[in-house]
Amino acid sequence: MSNLTREETDALIQEVLEVYPEKAKKDRAKHLAVNDQSVTQSKKCITSNRKSLPGVMTIRGCAYAGSRGVVWGPVKDMIHISHGPVGCGQYSRGGRRNYYVGTTGVNTFAEINFTSDFQEKDIVFGGDKKLAKAMEEIEGLFPLNKGISVQSECPIGLIGDDIEAVSKKAAAQYNKVVVPVRCEGFRGVSQSLGHHIANDAIRDYVLSNRDGKEFEGTPYDVTIIGDYNIGGDAWASRIFLEEMGLRVIAQWSGDGTIAEMENTPKAKLNLLHCYRSMNYISRHMEEKYGIPWMEYNFFGPTKIEESLRRIAAFFDDKIKEGAERVIAKYKPMMQAVVDKYKPRLQGKRVMLYIGGLRPRHVIGAYEDLGMEVVGTGYEFAHNDDYDRTIQEMGNATLLYDDVTGFELEEFVKRIKPDLVGSGIKEKYIYQKMGIPFRQMHSWDYSGPYHGYDGFAIFARDMDMTLNNPCWGKQTPPWKKTEATEEVKAAA
Amino acid sequence: MANIMIRKNDQGGLVFYLPKRDLEDNISSIEFDSPEKWGGEIKLANGGSYYIEPQVPPERLPVTIRAKRLDAPD
Repeated sequence: MSNLTREETDALIQEVLEVYPEKAKKDRAKHLAVNDQSVTQSKKCITSNRKSLPGVMTIRGCAYAGSRGVVWGPVKDMIHISHGPVGCGQYSRGGRRNYYVGTTGVNTFAEINFTSDFQEKDIVFGGDKKLAKAMEEIEGLFPLNKGISVQSECPIGLIGDDIEAVSKKAAAQYNKVVVPVRCEGFRGVSQSLGHHIANDAIRDYVLSNRDGKEFEGTPYDVTIIGDYNIGGDAWASRIFLEEMGLRVIAQWSGDGTIAEMENTPKAKLNLLHCYRSMNYISRHMEEKYGIPWMEYNFFGPTKIEESLRRIAAFFDDKIKEGAERVIAKYKPMMQAVVDKYKPRLQGKRVMLYIGGLRPRHVIGAYEDLGMEVVGTGYEFAHNDDYDRTIQEMGNATLLYDDVTGFELEEFVKRIKPDLVGSGIKEKYIYQKMGIPFRQMHSWDYSGPYHGYDGFAIFARDMDMTLNNPCWGKQTPPWKKTEATEEVKAAA
Repeated sequence: MANIMIRKNDQGGLVFYLPKRDLEDNISSIEFDSPEKWGGEIKLANGGSYYIEPQVPPERLPVTIRAKRLDAPD
């Protein structure tokens, strides 16, 4: 099927909205848009960061997920207490495959679930004592931890526990960083507020810890901010930043440590990958410490080249030369990847629905493979994300914010993309519809996808999924007729 | 009144950022821009305008200051 025109896309949105009641229709209409590159302010065409409608299927998370799962979780040498009932913690430990080096349970703890396991009596009488007890136990059992963060679950805010007081006392007692994070799940409309709260906690309890202390710096110190090392992403980025002569002094927060975070204000440049989850702290550091920050994109060789040159522009000729050297070194390797996979993927169309930065960042990587992104959307973006997306997307493509299960399904049925990229909750629906699917949150247990090494894996994975012969052999349960059943029985 | 952050962009122009509304936009004009007096009415590229109490210019950017909304397109 050829691409839709602007009118057709508009009509498609109207058609999908038709099933909603009047009020819901009016609300949802604001979140769906046809991309128009001439619009510079996303506010004019799409509304974002609003409360999801009750009754629709949203795939958003909560503030606790944003703080515990995304920002704090990967900090490997700290222990993150899921303060509250046991469930939230159980579902958020290490699920994002934030790789790290270290011995889990001895000096790194990212995959272990620590919880204060609230019971009824803790809700009635308060859980501060339990929290203090938990910290005491942690100190006894895991003495090599470098700090503790208290990640509040919903009940903490509801019953009004004073986790700040407990944390302050513990910090003095154990002489470690103890960070209370007020990331109760009910705050805000999505995980996005959790990112903000976590950033604010870092600002208040971590960032200024080493102010005025000696640090052996070089003029080439940079940090990687907002890379969560999913499947090794941050490592794949770090390797050629170092190759071009820079020194990476901190990784936030994939494979990151509390010491790295405390050292971040000594950097010369903050390299910001996930704008959505860490722009707050970058802006803060720019104001307080005068460290410039820059958004980069390490998906696909074209964007990497662009980003490397922009990074190098902050430094002297040595780094500029280094950037060119790195680009030249990897160019033939990347050309080989493109030569191999482009003929197999040319012209294929992709629809994405992810969070954070990927809905706009991976577009370049798909284009390098000759593929086209025909629809994209964010779970929890704000307007500034869409400002950045509009320029990246082609004209008359679909934009959907906080899309509902129903809408995405209908869009896919009509647009018939060759590949859908979203999360685990969507995966099996589309696979049963016979549409190739990749999880773009966790790279479908593959990865890394960032950087030069990542692009080769990305291209292979896309080819493996798209050109898999199984898709033509699927009949979804709702399309099965009795005839096909009989054939099966006979076979 | 809201806290806003003003920073310089790569081209040396001023950028206005209003965290509460995720509004990030270039500043097209600023009423007072001299070493003694800085601030006043600022106009954004999107047509909106805000008012900063005239003051001595900040020593370095970015800076967080209070601003009043005069007129902003929704």
